[in-house]
Amino acid sequence: MTYKIQKNQLGGLFSAIAAKQKLYLPCTFSGKTDFALWGEDAAFDLDTLKTVKSAKEVFFPQCEDIVSFDTRGGNLTVTEAERETDDFVVFGVRGCDAAAFSILDSVFLSEPVDTFYKSRRDHGTVVTLCCSRPEETCFCSAFGIDAAAPSGDVTAMFSGDVLYLTPNTEKGLNLTKSVQNLLVPATQTDEKERAAEAENIRRITASLPLKNLDLSGWGKDELLEKFNSPLWKDLSLPCIGCGACTFSCPTCQCYDIRDFDKGNGVQRYRCWDSCMYSDFTMMAHGTPRPEKLQRFRQRFMHKLVYYPANNGGTFGCVGCGRCLERCPSGINIVKVIKAFGDNDR
Amino acid sequence: MKDMLIPSVGIITDIRKDTPDVKTFRVVAEGGGKCFEHIPGQCAMLSVPGVGEAMFSITSSPTQRDYMEFSIKKCGCLTEWLHSVEKDAKITVRGPFGNGFPVDGELKGKNLVFIAGGIGLAPLRSVINYVRAKRSDYGRVTVVYGARSKDDFVDFEEIENEWKNERDFSVHLTTDRPQEGWNGHVGFVPAFVKEVGLDPHDTVLLCGPPIMIKFTLSALVEMGFERTGVYTTMELRMKCGIGKCGRCNIGDKYVCKDGPVFRCDQLDELPAEY
Ligand code: SF4
Ligand code: SF4
Ligand code: FES
Repeated sequence: MTYKIQKNQLGGLFSAIAAKQKLYLPCTFSGKTDFALWGEDAAFDLDTLKTVKSAKEVFFPQCEDIVSFDTRGGNLTVTEAERETDDFVVFGVRGCDAAAFSILDSVFLSEPVDTFYKSRRDHGTVVTLCCSRPEETCFCSAFGIDAAAPSGDVTAMFSGDVLYLTPNTEKGLNLTKSVQNLLVPATQTDEKERAAEAENIRRITASLPLKNLDLSGWGKDELLEKFNSPLWKDLSLPCIGCGACTFSCPTCQCYDIRDFDKGNGVQRYRCWDSCMYSDFTMMAHGTPRPEKLQRFRQRFMHKLVYYPANNGGTFGCVGCGRCLERCPSGINIVKVIKAFGDNDR
Repeated sequence: MKDMLIPSVGIITDIRKDTPDVKTFRVVAEGGGKCFEHIPGQCAMLSVPGVGEAMFSITSSPTQRDYMEFSIKKCGCLTEWLHSVEKDAKITVRGPFGNGFPVDGELKGKNLVFIAGGIGLAPLRSVINYVRAKRSDYGRVTVVYGARSKDDFVDFEEIENEWKNERDFSVHLTTDRPQEGWNGHVGFVPAFVKEVGLDPHDTVLLCGPPIMIKFTLSALVEMGFERTGVYTTMELRMKCGIGKCGRCNIGDKYVCKDGPVFRCDQLDELPAEY
């Protein structure tokens, strides 16, 4: 069953959803779009393809409390931070970011389970949004992701001034049911319209410059051969180690755990970290990755070799293209893949 | 739901000064008893909130029912703080982490050679005392242990008074340099293992500083040991302890989860980035 709603009625739809549960969706701040909590004055933006940070932030926040310690009077008591207990909706997740959720799931939901992440996954309903206008930096199709049929509890698709909503799961059905009075069931003509738009999206995707990105040779094999390649030297040269690629990446999941002294106790929190930083692996007696080359190599080896080795060949990149746009030095995963490809030939 | 990131409170009930820079801490849970059960070679995250949290190998044997022990070398913020505390201090503990040595698997029934350098004895002591508690499950035991000086042996009393008297145990100590009052062997571990005369069919458990591991391993290979018969431990920076924060990733392994114990032939398949 598919429903539809006019684009100019979306404000009403979002208010209705937000009246019942928290709603996160892409909103514009200072000219940049990112996922944020819906408010009546929110400047929501469903046109921007790549939010600055990916949708992972909703499930794996950049910074979150995990436990606090009361250390007053020479005592020590431990209090766990609250897990998510309320249902919420994330609206407008693109296919690449949604595919990245499965990669994050493989890390955080494998034993021993990360209960902070899990509580959000359990309570979150994901509404994905088809990409009407894929961009030149997009290469999700290289990883088998269909921008016209992203996975999610509900799949949304714009066609002209109409937004179609197709629930795929029980969570999704509950969501469409909860706002049914605002939705109109799609007719057969609508279905045809929707299928035509999907074709349109697939046609654009097939004409993108990176559509033929060749991933052969990457994956779980040849670990040491790739690691020891002389190519890393030149590839890593422009990198300034800023970490922009890792922070904007939907699949990067490395984190740090830190303590903040509150005066009357200590708050322990975790926050995103980056393997591109020189102190990431620093120990009292040194670091195994003192060179930029080694840190640069770690990021790409992890996405293209180490992660696949542990996950049946699935790559740790979803082709969102953020690192292509954000790197101040113009180096990125596509250049790495291509450099090795050219070398093989 | 229990999360491995959440620690519990541990109380330091005893502190023993082993060497000028190593102290052994006895830790029990707040209500008494151990904080959790473990396998020899596994580790725990100890922390002093506000000061730091770090991974330490559990040096006591699981057969010790009442407490856990950690031999900790002073080398950084957290360890300096620990070295300054008195008995009854409270810390946080979480774990156990890592795979541990296969004491009930591949090591069972084998003749075992333990080779340690300095603080590297800490993880091995857990296995050695486990083997002592289940003596008939294992064959002949040889311990080769080297330290900078006679004052730098961790657990010296236990080695002298208990290990040396254990059935079918031979213990060989060496110091890096000669010293007044030391009548034992002088020399580095890699050369010493050759002098001791080991049987290359025995299974080796090797722990110590990376450089000592490297040279000892070459010596063992020269003596005819197979890399598949040598176990060692790896040390990398750790934060989560459960293979999620990415910190201790090397190749397709996470040292906190897949290690810290690796067979030397497994190490050969990993990038040389440790
Ligand atoms: S590596 Fe780059 S293209 Fe791939 S998912 Fe991360 S940011 Fe997107
Ligand atoms: S964004 Fe570019 S320069 Fe910055 S760390 Fe990533 S690869 Fe290096
Ligand atoms: S310590 Fe976090 S992955 Fe090993």
